[in-house]
Amino acid sequence: MRPRQLLRHHLFWPIAALVLLLVLNTVSNPSFLEIRLQNGQLYGSLVDILRNGAPTLLIAVGMTLVIATRGIDLSVGAVAAIAGAVACTWIASGGSAATAVLLALGACVLLGLWNGFLVSVLGIQPIIATLVLMTAGRGAAMLVTEGQIITVDDPLYHQIGAGFLVLPIAVLVSLGVLVGVALLTRGTALGMLVESVGVNPRASLLAGVRSRTIIWTVYVFAGLCAGVAGLMISSNVNAADANNAGLWIEMDAILAVVIGGTSLAGGRYSLAGTLVGALVIQTLTTTVYSIGVAPNAALVFKAVVVIAVCLLQSPRTSQVFGVRRKAGPRPSRSEEVTAA
Amino acid sequence: MTDSSARAAPAVDMRGITVEFPGVRALSEVDFRLLPGEVHALMGENGAGKSTLIKALTGVHRPTSGVILLHGEQVGFGTPVQAQDAGISTVYQEVNLCPNLSVAENILLGREPRRLGAIDARACRARAAELLQRIGLSIDPASTLDSHPIAVQQLVAIARALAVDARVLVLDEPTSSLDAGEVAELFRIMRVLRDDGVAILFVSHFLDQVYEIADRMTVLRNGSLVGEYLPTETGRLELVSAMLGRENTVLEEVGRRSQERAPASVPVLTARNLGRGGAIAPFDLEIHAGEVVGLAGLLGSGRTELARLLFGADRADTGGLSTGGRPFRPRSARSMIARGVAFCSEDRKAEGLVADLSVRDNLLLALQAARGWARPVPRRTADALVAEYIGKLDIRPADPGALTKNLSGGNQQKVLLARWLITRPKLLILDEPTRGIDVGAKAQIQQVVADLAADGTAVLFVSAELEEVVRVSDRVVVLRDRHKVSELDGADATVDRVMASIAAAHGEHGRAVAS
Repeated sequence: MRPRQLLRHHLFWPIAALVLLLVLNTVSNPSFLEIRLQNGQLYGSLVDILRNGAPTLLIAVGMTLVIATRGIDLSVGAVAAIAGAVACTWIASGGSAATAVLLALGACVLLGLWNGFLVSVLGIQPIIATLVLMTAGRGAAMLVTEGQIITVDDPLYHQIGAGFLVLPIAVLVSLGVLVGVALLTRGTALGMLVESVGVNPRASLLAGVRSRTIIWTVYVFAGLCAGVAGLMISSNVNAADANNAGLWIEMDAILAVVIGGTSLAGGRYSLAGTLVGALVIQTLTTTVYSIGVAPNAALVFKAVVVIAVCLLQSPRTSQVFGVRRKAGPRPSRSEEVTAA
Repeated sequence: MTDSSARAAPAVDMRGITVEFPGVRALSEVDFRLLPGEVHALMGENGAGKSTLIKALTGVHRPTSGVILLHGEQVGFGTPVQAQDAGISTVYQEVNLCPNLSVAENILLGREPRRLGAIDARACRARAAELLQRIGLSIDPASTLDSHPIAVQQLVAIARALAVDARVLVLDEPTSSLDAGEVAELFRIMRVLRDDGVAILFVSHFLDQVYEIADRMTVLRNGSLVGEYLPTETGRLELVSAMLGRENTVLEEVGRRSQERAPASVPVLTARNLGRGGAIAPFDLEIHAGEVVGLAGLLGSGRTELARLLFGADRADTGGLSTGGRPFRPRSARSMIARGVAFCSEDRKAEGLVADLSVRDNLLLALQAARGWARPVPRRTADALVAEYIGKLDIRPADPGALTKNLSGGNQQKVLLARWLITRPKLLILDEPTRGIDVGAKAQIQQVVADLAADGTAVLFVSAELEEVVRVSDRVVVLRDRHKVSELDGADATVDRVMASIAAAHGEHGRAVAS
């Protein structure tokens, strides 16, 4: 690729930000890039970033599809909390880890159905519809845990968030879902139909697309992703904290999607972009602590970086740099799948 | 008011008004005079330039060239507020008042009588009552606006126009949502104001209303002035032909083949008593295989509404459809597509194109939607189909990856058409497929319609251009004021006959004529 084309690529600035953050970390901590293989498991700061970022990535994958249909799901954080609460309460009352997981995910599917119903059948604006569950969901999680932080000690359950198969299991699950979704949506016509509904819902309906079913489905999927992410979070700490589990994770997920170049206006989406976006967000969080930004200034630092990336990505900036983006964020299909 | 000195000085005199937008000339060199004490109807089809002319007068658009004289003095309005201050008030089709405020507050908003710096509520109500009385409307000024029906709200909007002591009143389609009684009330008030010497500019698509109320009529077509007419001297037929025009066609003649083809015995689609309140009165219609049925009528006559009902894009209140002899009620677009019916909306941008997707995706959308997401059209088949239809319809650029939004209007229309052709429909409903596109693309689309019919596809062709409807159709269905009024077959389907049918006064063709 020639420099100009490189600059024009929609993932240029997010990747540049990621590289910059990695460099910054390496300078402040020369062993940052080291990865050790110990007892068949990989250790190192990079692995930690991946592991800590797994829930965000997973939720961001679900969010990508929701945003592609012109929607948004603010309730994913609350849903994650509910998943953890259901699973831990079940285990604490003597149930098995497997049933706990199934119960928790079943609950999340129901919650996704609820969101999808509000949006696709009742036609409520997504931001309002999911705001309901965002606020009510934590209350529901509190009810399940009866206001307590439920701690569990189940080795099998602990594997979800903290287990290793060379790489952390959580990372494998998130990447697996990402690749699975990429193959499913790009290998079938689902991706095209989702984008079509997102770009022009009325035209899609008149062309015979089952808009309602598609919109409903993406909310259910987003709920399911949030559920799995919630299990990772709670399993990692062996506890369910209704108040704090997955707190603000919806914002991180939305940011990851946006940084990845998928427009909030719906339509074309990029899963590869979402991956890069999630990595940027998580590396940023890690960097804040590792380079010793004062805790008080941590959020401000994070905000500055995010704003910078968004500004650099804007069409205006591209013009200033003398390049104009012709197409949407997705360069081509084949590239998408391999990158994912 | 009506003496000769008033006639000598028009309230509004617009001379050589030209309005240009990037790439489009919306109005070119239009002259328009509005006299005090008259109701002057501004007539024309979509895109004729009516709204542009009104917006030039009311300060929304600044004319590229030309002068506007108000009571003999040259004016140049930069904003609507300046026009209002100069005594030009506008009442739009959609009431633009504050529904949660009282009638009095709405009438006097921004001009409330004050006492000691505060709004004097009592004086406010008294002044409002006075204005309401002037137009003979007896409602409580203290009641909230949304407690009244739309028609009354519209009259309140007129009272508001009077509050600013308007000498020029612009009524932009005020009657489109009113029933007969409400229209009569509006007209009564318009006459009162006219006799007070107010100059009224009136836009309506209903010929009957125009002939009832207007003292003079100005007709625009394609952004140019056609002429000024007196209702007393101009027949409906003459007016309609002035509005629709006789297209000086540069299109190649698309041959009519109706005489050569015997229509198939079983209709592809039959509508019985199909109707929807406020959109189109119940009608009967049969469309046979290999037949092009044209739908003619003025703007607002129910052309689009009829087409949408047939496709299930809107739901019918009464009646039903049958295909191949089996009756059913249209429930959704999807159910109609499954029965082999396809529909190109007149609103390409909002209801047709998926602008941010590629030409390829747009072409395959309907076929793919019918197959379901799990069965993607095989890549090789898709490539072949896309290449075939890009070639067949001469879509340019011939690049399947180009974003549809970057194509010209004509090519976008061809993409839409091709999207349905790929699904091989039995009946293709085309609502204004040639509007706003260049002549070349227009001829190509008409040729496609002719070819389709020759291959046995039924086509319902809706167009505002009579010449075009008559040229491509085997049979023409005429609509007037949301009623189907006649069907003209073969040799009867001439521009003159269609125009006569459109222009006929109420009662002549009174009810819907079956078959």
